[in-house]
Amino acid sequence: MSATVLGIETSCDETGIGIVRGTTMLANVISSSMDEHARFGGVVPEVAARAHLEAIEPALRQALAEAGVTLAEIDAIAVTSGPGLSGALMVGVGAAKALAVALDKPFYAVNHLVGHVGADVLRDEGEGEIELPTIALLVSGGHTSLLLVRDLTSDVELLGETIDDAAGEAFDKVARLLGLPYPGGPHIDRVAAEGDPTAVRFPRGLTLPKDFDRHRYDFSFSGLKTAVARHVEKLRDAGEPVPVADIAASFREAVADVLTAKALAACRDLGVPRLLLGGGVVANARVRALAAERCASEGVALRIPPFSLCTDNGAMIAALAAQLIAAGHAPSTLDVSADSTLPVTTIQA
Amino acid sequence: MLLAIDTSAGTAVALVADDGRVIAERSTADTRRHAEVIGPFLAEVLAAEGSTPLAGVVTGIGPGPYTGLRVGIAAARAVAFARGIPLHAVPSHDAVAFALVEGGVAAGRFSVVTDARRREVAVTVYSAALPLPREIEPAHLVPRVDWVPVEGVAAYEVTEIPAAPLAHVALARIAAGAAPLPPRPLYLRQPDVTLSTPKRVS
Ligand SMILES: [Zn+2]
Repeated sequence: MSATVLGIETSCDETGIGIVRGTTMLANVISSSMDEHARFGGVVPEVAARAHLEAIEPALRQALAEAGVTLAEIDAIAVTSGPGLSGALMVGVGAAKALAVALDKPFYAVNHLVGHVGADVLRDEGEGEIELPTIALLVSGGHTSLLLVRDLTSDVELLGETIDDAAGEAFDKVARLLGLPYPGGPHIDRVAAEGDPTAVRFPRGLTLPKDFDRHRYDFSFSGLKTAVARHVEKLRDAGEPVPVADIAASFREAVADVLTAKALAACRDLGVPRLLLGGGVVANARVRALAAERCASEGVALRIPPFSLCTDNGAMIAALAAQLIAAGHAPSTLDVSADSTLPVTTIQA
Repeated sequence: MLLAIDTSAGTAVALVADDGRVIAERSTADTRRHAEVIGPFLAEVLAAEGSTPLAGVVTGIGPGPYTGLRVGIAAARAVAFARGIPLHAVPSHDAVAFALVEGGVAAGRFSVVTDARRREVAVTVYSAALPLPREIEPAHLVPRVDWVPVEGVAAYEVTEIPAAPLAHVALARIAAGAAPLPPRPLYLRQPDVTLSTPKRVS
């Protein structure tokens, strides 16, 4: 019988409580503090941590009710121990350890990024199991990472990551520049639909031959963000109107291009004809479309979990722990820390 | 039997019988490892639970640095939720005040002082009384350089908040029918945010 696992996720601005039985999702409750960050134009760590503390218990109640299980029927407690915002992670880790001890259940502290990949095991039957190895591109407001996953519970390698801003952060910052609301992703996506993606050729970070030695699979979005700012300033200084739709479309094109180009380069270089997308930026229509187009032309199988499992959530954390349990991994010790920079090679802390 | 947890300074966990006897206790003054030590401390202390199950959980609500403070409150809420038992909130300074009065150290008016970082201290002023010291001035922040104890008011600055007296205060509050406090950190500062306007890049 598969283990029933309760997962807690508090690495950024979503408080997620998920309940999973093996590869079946029973509940996936997400309480977001996004609105409280809106007026700041980005996630404020202290605001996020305060919201997590208040949100955990109501989310727990709701998840148990939705799953139709009692605490006694939970076999293990799982939590994100990193990477993420330190103060936010600590709220989840404190709550998860206390639940595990008070209920006398095993405790699994797992990696947030590998959790994004683990979410894929929860998709509906008939869609086939995830085939490994796979390349995984995980893009959100908190991370931009390219992974090689050979085994979900024992062999994950970091190929590259952002060396400055996360892609989602770049969307937020460019949205502010263009006078669009937070979060930037959906608003840029909306106005970009009316714009010309070839209007401005914005730079693609770390794609020059000189970058290939050290940063072949790394990302950089700060130069792109500055280029957009400079472009807007020049127009404003000259008293010219700012073509918001064209700039949004051109910016979005630059991001989608560099994300998918690097992911497909990894597929090609490593001979892995599979790509999995995860993270909130997957909601971006152009990122999805360009990934689908390029995967199709290169014979790469593309997997995108349902959107509610792409953004940060507790079900993916529970799902990864259920995989660890099924593979016979012992629980984590109760003294593990919240590690804001937990490496992706540490699947279980 | 009550489980008391405080992470407003270091981390302290205690199991206290209804008559006030301390059954088990673990603590560290380390102010950087709350999320780590809370697990083993809870496991070790609850191992002494025996056949009488817990009747309630007590959480210190600070004042104290928020990141660490939230770990204990999150843990206390989780234990209370897991066991379906009441959660009692107690200002962390109350535990110190109680111990000082009960131990015959403090009399008359006195204040409990803890470090609040950023060159500030958190101060609560009490009047000595038992079973509950009376709060004269609630917890507030004072710049450390400006802070001089008021004449005639002894100041006790501490670097650790013990968990057992936290449970003693909760027992006294319950016995006195005191109004329950919300199990929420005493946030004495607003979140530290600057609303940055996009700066020129050229
Ligand atoms: Zn994420």
